[in-house]
Amino acid sequence: MAFTQAVGEGTINGLAYVGGLARLTGGAARAVFIEPFRGRRLRLSRAVHQAMGVGVAALPIISLISFFVGTILALQGAYELRRLGAMQLVASAVAISMTRELGPLMTAIVVIGRSGSAFAAEIGTMKVNEEIDALETMALEPIHFLVAPKFLAMILMMPCLTTWSDFMGVCGGGFFGVTNAGFTWNTYFHATLNALVLRDIITGLIKSVMFGLVITAVGCQEGFATGLGSEEVGRSTTAAVVKSIFLVIAVDLVFTAIFYFTAPR
Amino acid sequence: MFGNGKKRERPAPPTGPAIVVRNLRVNYGEREILHDISFEVQAGETMVILGGSGSGKSTLLRTLVGLERPVGGEIWIQGRNFAAMSEDERDQLRKKMGMSFQGGALFGSMTVGENVALPLREHTPLDESTIEIMVRLKLDQVGLSGFENYMPAQLSGGMKKRAAIARALAMDPEILFFDEPSAGLDPIIAAGIDDLIVKLKKAFHMTMVVVTHELASAFLIADRMILLDKGNIVANSPPAELRESRQPRVRQFLDRIPEPELTGEIDYLQMLTGENPPNRQ
Repeated sequence: MAFTQAVGEGTINGLAYVGGLARLTGGAARAVFIEPFRGRRLRLSRAVHQAMGVGVAALPIISLISFFVGTILALQGAYELRRLGAMQLVASAVAISMTRELGPLMTAIVVIGRSGSAFAAEIGTMKVNEEIDALETMALEPIHFLVAPKFLAMILMMPCLTTWSDFMGVCGGGFFGVTNAGFTWNTYFHATLNALVLRDIITGLIKSVMFGLVITAVGCQEGFATGLGSEEVGRSTTAAVVKSIFLVIAVDLVFTAIFYFTAPR
Repeated sequence: MFGNGKKRERPAPPTGPAIVVRNLRVNYGEREILHDISFEVQAGETMVILGGSGSGKSTLLRTLVGLERPVGGEIWIQGRNFAAMSEDERDQLRKKMGMSFQGGALFGSMTVGENVALPLREHTPLDESTIEIMVRLKLDQVGLSGFENYMPAQLSGGMKKRAAIARALAMDPEILFFDEPSAGLDPIIAAGIDDLIVKLKKAFHMTMVVVTHELASAFLIADRMILLDKGNIVANSPPAELRESRQPRVRQFLDRIPEPELTGEIDYLQMLTGENPPNRQ
């Protein structure tokens, strides 16, 4: 009995959590896409400020990580391909894995660590300091004021970061290809372009937008759920990172499956 | 906006109730915090809500400004039922209300000037240069001239409270709410805040609702006082009458007499010191 009760409660809580995420995302989407046409101002300057933090400031670390991941992919691929004498396939292995999967995923992981946690900490601190209440008493809807700019920044920046990550990953693979697999940079990029179809890149970018939505919603929701006291902010930040990583992987699975089953054969 | 500002210099004292609370009940989870509260605040009046910790006074204030939802009863603000309003109507009303929070609740990522400017930027079509003048004016009114570019973290406790009051004043509110304006401040700074509230009251004839447990400041600023005890109103009268009240709970609060359970039959602290407790009467 206790077991079934626990399962039931867990399910209900899980659904309620996802419902909360959907509500936040819906509210933010309305603020970004619908309200501006009804004469309510979109806070573009705040969104630009967020985009700098989410996107531009993340470029160095994403470049480095993606480059390494590209090289690792090439090394791991070459380990097997060497035995088959098919080293020329390293380029396409790296290109497809990066654009379809690891580019969006590594970008998401970095953005979770940098921005998802920061969203939770920022909103959590505001909650603890009664700043969220202050917004409400000033007739400023917290979703419009705080979540919408982050939402907009995220859906614009995630595809950009992911594209850059794809490119850096290919460069990382190329580094191995040129030094150890008999490619020149020219032939490596040529092989990469031949291996990729537009669909590979687009599916990766669609995923990255979905990841951005998940990261924003979870970070903000954890922030708003912060209880009283500053130690609660730390708890929210941790929860935001852990739950974002889990949900990003889950969303990844769902979309990868969708893309697999809808792919032309 | 200057026309508006001029009009505010010598307004006729408004009349009639600004806030009417009827049979208000508020829960916190399962627990009922406020039981069947009813009172009125007349326009232009300063109402002080007194009460100890856990008496429900902060909850009452949060309910009045719409941060908590009552489970029963009604709140009428300027003749309109707060609970029955649409979200847009409530926002319109909120623009006429200012709230100063206990810790100031200034936005830590903005300067003091930006904090005060925020409601003006968001809710009015004023241009930047006008907003700048307004911000300077509001900061002048609370005695913080020249602090526009400070971050809230650089201000002392008393200055934070003043900045929060300036922000609450930004939209020229008709009703001003204060949550513990002088809590956590030294006596001199606290007296300064009391002074400021009295000055604002004289200058603008605003309706004010002040929640506090500081007796000295309460008697200084109040036109009327409510004493809350465990979620019930035990007294609602002008300060002079309250001071003379013979009601036991009122006397206990005003004369600072501890709860009996805190001085049990065997008082170990007293045994250690070997002294009799101070006579509080």
